[in-house]
Amino acid sequence: MSASERLRVMFGAAPLKPERITPEAQQVHRLKRMSKADFAALKQHARDHQLVNHKWRNRRWAVLILVNLLFTFSFWLDIQMLEGSLTASRFVGFHLIDLNSALQVMLAHRHVIVNLFIGTATVFVLWVALGGRSFCSWVCPYHLVAEWFEWLHLRLVAKRLVSDHEFHRGARSIFWLTFALLAVLSGYTVFETISPTGILSRALIYGPSLALGWVLLLLLFEVLYSRRAWCRYVCPIGLTYGMVGAISPLRVEYRLEHCFHEGDCRKVCMVPHVLDVVIKGRAADLKTPIGPDCTRCGLCVDVCPSGALVFDIKGLDRLL
Amino acid sequence: MSGKTGEERPAATPQPPAEAGLPAAAGGRPKAPVRRQSSRRRFLRSAFLVGGVLGLAMLGYVPVAGARRTRLRPPGALEENDFLSSCIKCGQCVQVCPVAAIRLDDIDSGFGIGVPLIDARAQACDFSCDAVQCILACPTGSLTYRKPASLATRPGMPLARAPLLKAKEKDAEPTLNLAERMGIARLARPDSCLAVLGKGFRGQARGADFRGRLRYVERDRWRPVAVRDHPYERDLCNLCVTECPIGDAITMQVRVAADGSRQHRPQVLEQCVGCGVCEMICPVDPAAIVIAARQPWAI
Repeated sequence: MSASERLRVMFGAAPLKPERITPEAQQVHRLKRMSKADFAALKQHARDHQLVNHKWRNRRWAVLILVNLLFTFSFWLDIQMLEGSLTASRFVGFHLIDLNSALQVMLAHRHVIVNLFIGTATVFVLWVALGGRSFCSWVCPYHLVAEWFEWLHLRLVAKRLVSDHEFHRGARSIFWLTFALLAVLSGYTVFETISPTGILSRALIYGPSLALGWVLLLLLFEVLYSRRAWCRYVCPIGLTYGMVGAISPLRVEYRLEHCFHEGDCRKVCMVPHVLDVVIKGRAADLKTPIGPDCTRCGLCVDVCPSGALVFDIKGLDRLL
Repeated sequence: MSGKTGEERPAATPQPPAEAGLPAAAGGRPKAPVRRQSSRRRFLRSAFLVGGVLGLAMLGYVPVAGARRTRLRPPGALEENDFLSSCIKCGQCVQVCPVAAIRLDDIDSGFGIGVPLIDARAQACDFSCDAVQCILACPTGSLTYRKPASLATRPGMPLARAPLLKAKEKDAEPTLNLAERMGIARLARPDSCLAVLGKGFRGQARGADFRGRLRYVERDRWRPVAVRDHPYERDLCNLCVTECPIGDAITMQVRVAADGSRQHRPQVLEQCVGCGVCEMICPVDPAAIVIAARQPWAI
């Protein structure tokens, strides 16, 4: 998948089959065309040796909870480490401002003061280094709550009590554009009114509010109607960080040779279109970086029995 | 949107539930007409999603357009529209306030969600920080000492001169760096004002369970104490005048009537910044003197 193709997919297009496959990758694809019995045996072998681990999930939950607790305790216990909330804060005095909130304010207010600029630039550099959409799965409190409610949704789907309804992923790009336009035209930060990220972050720090009712409605919608709908199809924060993710060196990498194409990774993934490359015969190269829409949550890394998906830093192998 | 659940459900039945998590492109099995139908349904669903979410977001305009409630904003706030558009809703102003006068608004105020406000009756801004730290903490310039020239200022909002802080009267720099008022105090209920009625006041101004705090300069220059721990004893109630943190903001007007009796009445002066201490400390309920939030000085 080329970089432009990965961007196209992030903005909502369906992934295309690659036009050109490298000879090395073709070779691997050819080797994998074994008899059904052999393939089943190999697969069984991999299954038997599968290590069910939650290494990355546990690390991620720990980081996410710690970051949010640091916000909360900075205020409650007055330790003043991380003041403010997720939309804007100061870490030991240094300004940090969420990129999407900054964008909304800049578009609505059309006046940028130095602190706003510094905070935005810091966060931009931070997430370019740490991996773009990592904000979603490693920091955003709504992501964690939605992840827990997703479990409920999947149980109900398995019992055939509800069914999952997909939306067009392009909706998120439309939301991003519309919210940006609304900020310019109305002069209000319209998206912040309904952003569950901001609402939850403020509720954790400053106490519960009526706004939590809106978050609960969103979760109900996700449990009963559409899996992870907010993060997948709506949230412009995700797309903003996705654009940053396009230039981040940290990402998940797919290694064709290790893959048995069982598709477990795509079942756990919140943004499975980025994993289209794992479909049998799709990979154009032996190693493929996963696209910028990936939140680097590590669920696929945890679930892959054969180590075909790993965290990777672009250019690191050349340096070492 | 959940109302559409019933009619949409058949759309998903051709697909086994196990594939529900996979993107539509990966299915590939359903026959062409079914596929066309399901993609049309997906398009309609998406259109409803976009319309629904945007519609709900725009509902936030209703409380703003109606402007039924005028909020008292923290010191140095921009004009209301500029304030709402520039506030990033982080609450750093809340965190630095030594008397916890600032709290954040809820979703019922629409676009004003997460925006700071002061409920003066519950806890007024008494400037116990001296430097107005909420202004220093604000990362977007929603609270500012000096408005950029491009932003609107209503006449009557700027003060004639920098307000003198009674607590700093003996300092080299006794004024606040703030040149705009938050609102203006008004004797809204003169009929219930103890001074107007010629009455005194004894005891805790707001009762034994009032949680508000105030900086009493004679006790501690920096640390505010609970109002309930500071009982009063006045032959004529003048709490709004004596507890006002700003010099020349309010006086007790005395008028001698024809029969020689003296009539008292608190009078708000031009230097009033609208901090709300008079409203918080007023012992009658509801308060006789209140802050008209974001109202300019008018004679």
